[in-house]
Amino acid sequence: MKKFFSLGLVRGLVFELIGTALGIGFITGIRALMGLETKGAFGFSEPAWVFGALLGAVCFMVGVGVLRDWFKWARGEETEEHHDDSHLGWRRYFGPSLDHKVIGIQYLITALVLMVFGGLFALIFRTELAKSGLQFLTTTFKVFDQSGLQLYNTLMSLHGMVMIVSILLGIAALMNYAVPLLIGARDMAFPRLNAFSFWIAVPAGVILLSSLFLGGFETGWTGYPPLSARAPLGMQMFFLGVSLAGFSSIFGALNIIVTVIRMRAPGMNPFRMPIFVWAAIATSIISLTATQLIGLSFQMVMFQRLFGVGFFDPAQGGNPVLFQHLFWFYSHPAVYVFVLPGLGLISELLPVFVRKPLFGYKWVAMSSLGIALVGFLVWGHHMFTSGMAEYLRVPFMYSTLLVAVPTGVKFFSWVGTVWRGKIEFPTPMLFILAGIVVFLLGGLTGPPNATVSTDLHLHDTYFIVGHFHDTMFGGYIFPFFAALYFWYPKVTGRRMNEVLGKIHFWLMTPSFLVLTLAMMRVGLLGMRRRIADYDPALGFDPSHLVMTIAGFLIALSILVFFINLIYSVKRGELATGNLWNSRSPEWQAPSPMPAHNYEQPFEVVGEPYDYGLPGSAYVNMKGNDHDGNQ
Amino acid sequence: MKHFVIIAILVVVSTFLVNTGLNSIGLLPEQASAQSIGIDRLFGYHIWMISFLFSLIVVTLVYGLIVFRRKKGETGDGAHIEGNTGLEILWTMIPLLVVIYFAYIGAQSLGETRRVDPTAMEIKVIAGQWYWRFEYPDSGVVSTELYLPVDQQAVLRMESLDVIHSFWVPEFRVKQDLVPGQVTELRITPIALGEYKVLCSELCGASHAYMNARVVVLSAEDFDAWITDQASTVIEDPVVRGKRLSEQNGCIACHSVDGSQKIGPTWAGLYESEVPLVDGSSVIADEDFLLRSIVDPNSQVVEGYSAGVMPATYGDILDVTQLGDIIAYIKSLK
Repeated sequence: MKKFFSLGLVRGLVFELIGTALGIGFITGIRALMGLETKGAFGFSEPAWVFGALLGAVCFMVGVGVLRDWFKWARGEETEEHHDDSHLGWRRYFGPSLDHKVIGIQYLITALVLMVFGGLFALIFRTELAKSGLQFLTTTFKVFDQSGLQLYNTLMSLHGMVMIVSILLGIAALMNYAVPLLIGARDMAFPRLNAFSFWIAVPAGVILLSSLFLGGFETGWTGYPPLSARAPLGMQMFFLGVSLAGFSSIFGALNIIVTVIRMRAPGMNPFRMPIFVWAAIATSIISLTATQLIGLSFQMVMFQRLFGVGFFDPAQGGNPVLFQHLFWFYSHPAVYVFVLPGLGLISELLPVFVRKPLFGYKWVAMSSLGIALVGFLVWGHHMFTSGMAEYLRVPFMYSTLLVAVPTGVKFFSWVGTVWRGKIEFPTPMLFILAGIVVFLLGGLTGPPNATVSTDLHLHDTYFIVGHFHDTMFGGYIFPFFAALYFWYPKVTGRRMNEVLGKIHFWLMTPSFLVLTLAMMRVGLLGMRRRIADYDPALGFDPSHLVMTIAGFLIALSILVFFINLIYSVKRGELATGNLWNSRSPEWQAPSPMPAHNYEQPFEVVGEPYDYGLPGSAYVNMKGNDHDGNQ
Repeated sequence: MKHFVIIAILVVVSTFLVNTGLNSIGLLPEQASAQSIGIDRLFGYHIWMISFLFSLIVVTLVYGLIVFRRKKGETGDGAHIEGNTGLEILWTMIPLLVVIYFAYIGAQSLGETRRVDPTAMEIKVIAGQWYWRFEYPDSGVVSTELYLPVDQQAVLRMESLDVIHSFWVPEFRVKQDLVPGQVTELRITPIALGEYKVLCSELCGASHAYMNARVVVLSAEDFDAWITDQASTVIEDPVVRGKRLSEQNGCIACHSVDGSQKIGPTWAGLYESEVPLVDGSSVIADEDFLLRSIVDPNSQVVEGYSAGVMPATYGDILDVTQLGDIIAYIKSLK
């Protein structure tokens, strides 16, 4: 029992529970003294619940132990630079480790857990949509103080936000694990901040999911007021959970940027960095500077509900459209946060399996920065029908279409990379190639949403849903799985099963293509997004049935993936060497990666992707030996 | 060189096949407004561009994967090609010019859909959770269905009473949000007689999916006849007036009149029945109870329902006679 309680995660969750109870009690007490209403939905007033959840998150961070070193420093005590926790074995994954590789795995597991939740939510409402009319989420159905229709809206909204948080944690996992290895750093620049960034995401996830049980919310992941200003208590938990998860993004991004700028191996000038590092920098610039805006917009609605500040209430001189500007100023660039690392992975892994240099390295690197920067100027295209000032629509159309240019550079460069290679097709390569094709579909269905007049038809339809899922799967899910199959041996010393990997791929890819193409088709014909029921006269029933079946096949393929992931930890084929015959530094070190990464700092002596150039090398693992410094 | 000739031919063939395929399955609903013609023309250009770029990338990629796959027993790496600056400039500049051109024709297309006809007929559109109401200021007619004369531009001046809604008739193509505290405008010129549906397309709460209303496009004569008929009919019976008011103000979106379960309690058999409240007490649903339930709904919440769901604004929206009419209608539902 004592051993169980010594796990940071368990301690944190117990502390969170206590903190929440204290917070609720504190506010309820103050309200009682002031003679205000102390009861409300789910027993207590809304301010009590919100403060309780916030205090719970703070207590979680104390309980898990991630603030311990900072407390010690504040008291003037010294701590070790780096705690060696490798003796803890698997237990270190459940506590506040400072090792970037452990934190990477912690991020990954959390991302996968949230992905399962998000996926299950989708399966529930996808089943409801299989047929017109209401199947089981009917008006008489009641759970968690929600009718079937309300629960549909809550699940659909949570699917969106839980998946977004899952993606943010997933890219954080990849960047945390890979970036220090790729640039030859011993760890991240700020290991304690790194641990903080991960652990804050845990209470954030708990609070976000708690919204389901506290009345839910009916607004979609966008949370537009005035609807969100009058939604049930779950809305506040959604806002608070997302705001806390934002800290994870901001601090994580800061850490990546500083690490890349300050801690590269000798000889690694910017244009000799692995291309994934460029993508990580581009995505971190967005996360560091734009995440604040979604937090701000959500907190403004929280304040409107808690304190009656009418930011978005027209009756008090507020403006609902202002929210949309603030919200999309982050949430459009956010989609580039989601896809840039994935596109970077495609560029990173493609040369390994094609056995050829990345075509136009500098152009690909610059295109990531180009997308990141142009991405800041396009948010208005989400608001073409919103009632914002009309003259704004044309400039936003121009800026939005410009994104196609750097994105196009990536596609052409990938095709150029494939040309005259000697191409192999193991599982990671299959996911890379499908990622290219799926992202192409997502990219090509973008411009009709960018030109205003066609968007007037497409806005808020299933076409957008299909387009968006194509960009997310092509830009994140497929490359993410490629990366897991690719780097799994680096983490465990064993490779994942190829047969199961190919079953996963061949189940998921066709199902997914059918799913999104059907989504876009019904959307063009008049299927709105975010509806629980549709008019049978539209004739969409067969399409929706197909989509539901495709959705379940995708879920099945993910199940195969999880079986493979767990099975291969112990039973996978041993792979301790340079399994993929890569030039990248992490594959020149043994697998699993030693606790302190490289025995000695390596030196960069060539280009990263000079496959096919005899006698060339990217790194000299003996590092500075030749000049006698070591 | 041989490779590039084959690819060029395949790309051309594939472009035509994809474009023909996409167009032949019927991608868009019927064209029923003047605005839809220009919008569909732009859709057509987009579909050409999608067909071409999809073919260009996928054909070249798949061709490359097949031709340059590692054959059995082959070792070593591929050709050492690092890039080609000329090509990179080419595939940056050409797309740049194409997107600028698309933005230009996009702006023109937008201008076309917004073209103002000074003789346009004005209609006031009111939306709330979860109903549409259409008011014709020239004649004073109020309707829950949108009647439009064909070949005559209608300018819809739209307001929302609660949350954001959005006006969309797929056959008309254009869409516009209704924002509380703001009047938004949409111009539609119907060109085909028939019946359509306006669908709320901005998530507005539980019954969002059902926030639809019938749209009827009539010939000019039929439309005038409809207006005259509506304007001249004076309804004497308060029950009938109450029925219409309950439709025009969204009551029946949440309260069924046949005993079925909706978001609020049903009105069927409500009058003079015993109603259990959330606080454990129960009351007889007399006229006084009904009036209080409409103007101050949170003061007596019925068992099994939540406070704050029904808007508390009906006391301001409806006058005493109208409230009486609605109560008369409820009383008539045995």
